[in-house]
Amino acid sequence: MTDTSKLQYTAEHEWVLVEGNVATVGITAYAAEKLGDVVFVELPDVGSTVAGGTVVGEIESTKSVGELFAPVNGTVTATNDAVVESPELVNSDPFGEGWLIRVEFETLPTLLTFAEYSALIGE
Amino acid sequence: MSHAFAQRHIGTDVDAQSHMLATLGYASVDDLVSAAMPASIHADLFRQDAGSALPPAATENEAVAELRALADRNTVKRSMIGQGYYDTFTPAVIKRNVFENPSWYTAYTPYQPEISQGRLEALINFQTMIADLTGLTTANASMLDESTAVVEGMLLALRASKSGSRRFIVDTDAFPQTHALLVHRAAALGIELAQVALTERTTAEDLGDYFGVFVQYPAASGRIWNPSTVIALAHEHKALAVVAADLLALTLLKSPGDLGADVAVGTSQRFGVSMGFGGPHAGYMAVRKGLERQLPGRLVGVSVDAAGHPAYRLALQVREQHIRRDKATSNICTAQVLLAVMAGMYAVYHGPQGLKAIATRVHERTGALVAALRAIDVDVRSDAFFDTIQVNVPAGAAEVVAKAAASGYNLRQVDENTISVSVDETTTLADLSYVVGAFGGRSAFGHVDFDAVQHGLPAELDRTSDFLTHPVFNTHRSETSMMRYLKRLADYDYALDRGMIPLGSCTMKLNAASEMEAVSWPEFAGIHPFAPKADVEGYLHLVRQLETWLTDVTGYDSVSLQPNAGSQGELAGLLAIRGFHQSNGETDRTVCLIPSSAHGTNAASAALAGMRVVVVACDDLGNVDLADLHAKIAEHAENLAALMITYPSTHGVYEHEVATICKAVHDAGGQVYVDGANLNALLGFARYGDFGGDVSHLNLHKTFCIPHGGGGPGVGPVAAKAHLAAFLPGHPLAQSDEHYLLGAAGATATVVHGGGPVSAAPYGSPSILPISWAYVRMMGIDGLKQATAAAVLAANYVAKRLENSYPLLYSGENGLVAHECILDLRPLTAATGVSVDDVAKRLVDYGFHSPTMSFPVAGTLMVEPTESEDLGEIDRFIDAMIAIKAEADAVAAGRWPADDNPLHNAPHTAQSVIEGEWEHPYDRATAVYPLASLVRNKYWPPVRRIDNAYGDRNLVCACPPPEAFE
Repeated sequence: MTDTSKLQYTAEHEWVLVEGNVATVGITAYAAEKLGDVVFVELPDVGSTVAGGTVVGEIESTKSVGELFAPVNGTVTATNDAVVESPELVNSDPFGEGWLIRVEFETLPTLLTFAEYSALIGE
Repeated sequence: MSHAFAQRHIGTDVDAQSHMLATLGYASVDDLVSAAMPASIHADLFRQDAGSALPPAATENEAVAELRALADRNTVKRSMIGQGYYDTFTPAVIKRNVFENPSWYTAYTPYQPEISQGRLEALINFQTMIADLTGLTTANASMLDESTAVVEGMLLALRASKSGSRRFIVDTDAFPQTHALLVHRAAALGIELAQVALTERTTAEDLGDYFGVFVQYPAASGRIWNPSTVIALAHEHKALAVVAADLLALTLLKSPGDLGADVAVGTSQRFGVSMGFGGPHAGYMAVRKGLERQLPGRLVGVSVDAAGHPAYRLALQVREQHIRRDKATSNICTAQVLLAVMAGMYAVYHGPQGLKAIATRVHERTGALVAALRAIDVDVRSDAFFDTIQVNVPAGAAEVVAKAAASGYNLRQVDENTISVSVDETTTLADLSYVVGAFGGRSAFGHVDFDAVQHGLPAELDRTSDFLTHPVFNTHRSETSMMRYLKRLADYDYALDRGMIPLGSCTMKLNAASEMEAVSWPEFAGIHPFAPKADVEGYLHLVRQLETWLTDVTGYDSVSLQPNAGSQGELAGLLAIRGFHQSNGETDRTVCLIPSSAHGTNAASAALAGMRVVVVACDDLGNVDLADLHAKIAEHAENLAALMITYPSTHGVYEHEVATICKAVHDAGGQVYVDGANLNALLGFARYGDFGGDVSHLNLHKTFCIPHGGGGPGVGPVAAKAHLAAFLPGHPLAQSDEHYLLGAAGATATVVHGGGPVSAAPYGSPSILPISWAYVRMMGIDGLKQATAAAVLAANYVAKRLENSYPLLYSGENGLVAHECILDLRPLTAATGVSVDDVAKRLVDYGFHSPTMSFPVAGTLMVEPTESEDLGEIDRFIDAMIAIKAEADAVAAGRWPADDNPLHNAPHTAQSVIEGEWEHPYDRATAVYPLASLVRNKYWPPVRRIDNAYGDRNLVCACPPPEAFE
């Protein structure tokens, strides 16, 4: 079970786990709940360069589409094939098996803390 | 006046209206409408002279007689013009049981799949037929016509290609109407079109840089060639190949999929759907594996219901414009469901052998014609052909065409030396004799030995792959079997012939039988869209009258009937605005302001017109936020192209400030596009052109009674002020480019609509225009006004009677709504856990089609009773909603658990209450007969609640094997 209080967050409802200079990114349980049943996930190619704040992928549910923003500048080092195969993982385990991409970065921008994100979503 | 049509069309009589008005506290319907609608927009303030130009209302018999007289002014010749339109035999069993059957034509788009399994199955038959014949993986549920399907194919190629190019290659031997559409649509998007004469010997150097290539197969000239080399070159260049293919030819020819194509498009018209002077008929699109999510339009897929049984529903809906707005795959929403159902059933009835036999006969007769012409030394240019040949007649083409016309045959004059002749399934040997006669010969076709005639299909392109192997295409050979299959599917569905369909924003009003009368008359149905002007006088007169009447009721100056759907009308209107700004040298005006409450199609259309969408906020009351509007206008003043605003708003409210809003946009040099989707709440009382609109589209399939057909056809005319009229859609093959123009002081003049085409045919879908013509003719201006008032009265009555059960989300002046009302279910959901879905599906158990779910606001239901429902039916709906509220309260009170109650488990099938032990905390009668009146009048849904997520995660868009249903 992921300790969500140890993660960092974005205002676009993503969580970021920083290990060294690699950020693992997913969407929060709040975002997954709002989206509803996720049926399709489109992720960037491994090796592609991403710019922080830009749209790099899509999370599609039966009723709406969420955009995946890159939280940092960097290079995509891995994407979660399991979630492409079984998009429902985003709903069932958003902070764990539902992770989406890993990005290698040089500098980490200021992200939201657990407390700040909780305040943002009113919890 | 007891037989005035208005009294048949409007469901509530004087007594009923008195009762409803008393409930609302108003003395008359005029008082009610005056209280709801801002006085500043009333038409009486603007009408310059005596008033409306509409003739006084005709009775049903009189209107049909007038249509008969118009029909008699059309001349039905045997059409051999081809170019994507061919005469066909509509099997009588399909004509009577589908085309002329309200169970099929009055249904809505299958957004509530549990009560739409019949037409969803019919559509999946269509998709399977298209996928099989084209040799591709996934076909959608139809396109508006072939030429717009080619445009969508081009746009799909642009999205999917990784070439980085913005250049699209079009074969020179493509249909001219398709080429004209491509030119017009590409220009707005900065796509460069290149015409190349493609052959088997085309090289990479011939093609240059491009993202896609378009091939017509067989070509417009009738020539059959093997495009596999060109397709392979495209793939080497990371470009996509789009092939427009003739479905009948594909029963004999190698499929586009087998040739390597990425996308196949075309029309299914010749599968039993009349030419209708251009439409309606169902276009199609199919794609190879991997491109499913790029498909525009509607797509039917297979999922499972709550009991685990297979069930159909619309798949991948988030691709569509109501979710993705300006990022959608396309702006089209309407398909051509009724016509796709017919084409699919034509294949069900004939089966693969039957279709192949029809194609073979067509081909053999074409071969016989070639042999007969060559026998009299006529220079036939075609060597490889299916059904169309080109003939060289030096300087004599016009004479031969005239001679043929005198015998009752329309041939196509390509140029002064060239004639094209197309054969179809209705062509007889006697017909061919007359054609040969026009070329100066005599022939005795009765004695032609078909084995000896020339065959035009290249052996290398012989079809070897199977098609239509599914049992549904190999079962219904007898008429009895076919009739019962159509009846079974119709019985699965809920259409207007069962009860009210109170869908907000959809206007499910009466489609009167007398309005339908003329549609299948041969003088309207049997005419080719490019027939000579002399043959279509009646049609042109009808078009002119309808143009005149529609300008009169909207306050505009000119109307184009060409757009085949509301979305296409929007696009045509925005392209007219674009043309206007460009003609003034203001090419930088590309920003389109759109309120956040707007229908997603607005944004998608703006994107396709090459505009940039800027969203304007709405205030807490649901109206356009004036402060934000002024700020956005100021910010983009230099670049402001247009504002798109819906009136009454998508929230079903007459916005008070609409005239002010229009003025602010005009002051900044912008144009005002008023979306006419809600014209039903205004007609007769106020006109868009009066209070500031420059251009609007109208939905003839909503306000003007064309049936929804289960999701199409639609007709979306675009109406504009005089300054935009020259930029309305024209057509290179139009019989007349002169259109009605309202001149100064009501005088009439004409104007040439000089914009590019937005539909394959010059007048869009003319064969269904008699429906709207008849409606206006039989209502007159007073009847139209009464209908509007009755619709507003009904919506306010529903809102009032439900106010203690479901709060009204938005209202305008005096707490009144326009023609629809939004019931806010979010408080109920918060208090009880009962969702919008639960209420919508429970309504099925009560014998109703749900109102519109979660549009325009999530968690709400939008109700539009329309003027056509009577008080008894409206009260039945209200009582059902109140009873459902009581059930939700019982859940909240703990009488039923949140996950096992009549709402959560709705809808209930017969099987679900009969089979096995009953283990729910409510009884069987509560499940299926919550009201005693349902016992003798029960609609039984064929499936339980459908799992949308399962279907989208496991995409299947073709007929499942029969074992799946065991």
